[in-house]
Amino acid sequence: MKNSFYNEIQKYPWESVTHSIYSKTAKDVEYALNNPNPGLEDFKALISPAAIPYLEQMMIQSQQITQKRFGKTIQMYIPMYISNYCNNTCVYCGFNHKNHIERTLLSLDEILKEAQEIKREGFEHILLVTGEDNKHCNSDYINNIMKALQKIFALISIEIQPLETNEYKKLITSGLNTVYIYQETYHEGNYETYHPSGKKKNYRYRLETPDRLGEAGVHKIGLGCLLGLEDWRTDSFFTALHLNYLEKHYWQTKYSISFPRLRPHAGAFQPNYNTTQKELLQLICAYRIFNEQVEISLSTREDPSYRDNMLKLGVTSFSAGSKTNPGAYSQEKDSLEQFSVNDNRNPQEIAEVIKTNGYEVVWKDWDYYMQNN
Amino acid sequence: MENLIIANKEFRSRLFLGTGKFSSDKEMQKAVIASESELVTVALKRVNLNDKDDNMICHLNIPKVNILPNTSGVRTAKEAVFAAELAREALNTNWLKLEIHPDPKYLLPDGEETLNAAKELVKLGFHVMPYVQADPVLCKKLEDVGTVAVMPLGSPIGSNNGIRTLDFLKIIIEQSNVPVVVDAGIGAPSHAAFAMECGADAVLVNTAIASSPNPIGMANAFRLAVNAGRTAFEARLAQKSIVADASSPFTKFLEELEK
Repeated sequence: MKNSFYNEIQKYPWESVTHSIYSKTAKDVEYALNNPNPGLEDFKALISPAAIPYLEQMMIQSQQITQKRFGKTIQMYIPMYISNYCNNTCVYCGFNHKNHIERTLLSLDEILKEAQEIKREGFEHILLVTGEDNKHCNSDYINNIMKALQKIFALISIEIQPLETNEYKKLITSGLNTVYIYQETYHEGNYETYHPSGKKKNYRYRLETPDRLGEAGVHKIGLGCLLGLEDWRTDSFFTALHLNYLEKHYWQTKYSISFPRLRPHAGAFQPNYNTTQKELLQLICAYRIFNEQVEISLSTREDPSYRDNMLKLGVTSFSAGSKTNPGAYSQEKDSLEQFSVNDNRNPQEIAEVIKTNGYEVVWKDWDYYMQNN
Repeated sequence: MENLIIANKEFRSRLFLGTGKFSSDKEMQKAVIASESELVTVALKRVNLNDKDDNMICHLNIPKVNILPNTSGVRTAKEAVFAAELAREALNTNWLKLEIHPDPKYLLPDGEETLNAAKELVKLGFHVMPYVQADPVLCKKLEDVGTVAVMPLGSPIGSNNGIRTLDFLKIIIEQSNVPVVVDAGIGAPSHAAFAMECGADAVLVNTAIASSPNPIGMANAFRLAVNAGRTAFEARLAQKSIVADASSPFTKFLEELEK
């Protein structure tokens, strides 16, 4: 590999980054808010506790920058879960290999039925999601699905196990547009505690996945960390550092940030660090002020009322009507969900809310023929 | 005001509109009507070419308004040509705004790929209007391969920064045998009027109208500004001069010598 973010991240020890964020002052925040070209130090100030009194101003700036770049629009996508087979034992995830749940891999026929239901709702952008299991659902299988769905949907994204550069290249020729790959946490020392076994245990391989994606020439890369494992401020700094690094190395690729947020939940993994709705708002505004063009996605993990307010404050894409178990759109199956959905409204209801807020719902912003012909 | 002619087609308005970033198709439609524009660009990626009732296209079914499909999103000449052919078939037009910007951050046009695509598309019978850097040499090369206009940028797209490439735009305007449409960066009616006063044949505006709190009012303002700028250009601006009105003229010493 020509470039590696693993080498870059070594320059930023976790403890000193944390200390630097918590040492930011009101003066640093004001500097960041007035900097026409904000950098990583400004981002630190904007996510620091010192920025909390400036939240109102951050919201205004975030809204203005977003409207200038993206207009008053929200893009819509929907996840389709293909498989819940998984070889990893991530302590926070419902698909954990050790969980005794019914495992499913959708056949191509079943996938086409799901596609039919999803199309009926108006979706053109689809996100294919799987557990991480190369035996049941490898890149060849994904490639076959991609070929079948290429002319049904305008844009296809995946959130699956990390692959090799040449595997990504092959998928791109079959219609792959976007890959979401979350590092979960950039804390190398603690990473293994959350990912004790399976291929995902390998921190470096996961961390270098966006480098492989950039080399493969994918159109868009989605980054994020799981909010709740480590201090969200420090982990988010590293996500922003990753974004900055990738933009400079793979300049033909677009980027997107997502915010999977663990919430205290009976019987489930308890977050080590809670991230409140207010803190998530601060984080989203900080990203927007720091980076005008990054796409910001807010999923149905968040409550309806929170999402409805956030759609004007920096977010650019929404999922809607999501079901997180394989086959759920076309079958009456009740297998275990990967995470619980908090916004259960159907896509039309959500679209209506977006319109009522004076925003256009964008169902389609790509087409298969725009790439690789 | 003289009509604008591109590829033997006459346009009464010299204001072209982009259709992205509006809060609804309805609002976009109202802005287009208020602008009196007769040429509006549509991003192919936003349109469902298989759907005869595509919402955006339906909203642009306005008398005298022509659709100019653009290839925004493609990164190479090959992708642009492929997209153009599909657009021609589906939208029944051989007009094309050629946009190739491999950089998704600043959306800066790739001159090399644009020239290659333009050559191919002209051969295929398209009326090509390429979005390019304010590069006078590239504009001449595009004209040579047969594009029907050139569309150099005023400043980065969506920036609202106005005319920052003035020296180069002036050279392009002076040298061009095809209409010059200043595209990208025009953020205020005064910028548009200025471009027209400088001799641009038309301007293309999107963000400044769509992102305004009142897009319809702003579309109207741009209509007036473009008309004012063009009318001023045709009337010819008064020459600027710094009139030296010194109380004792420098020549006075000559008079004193002659005494």
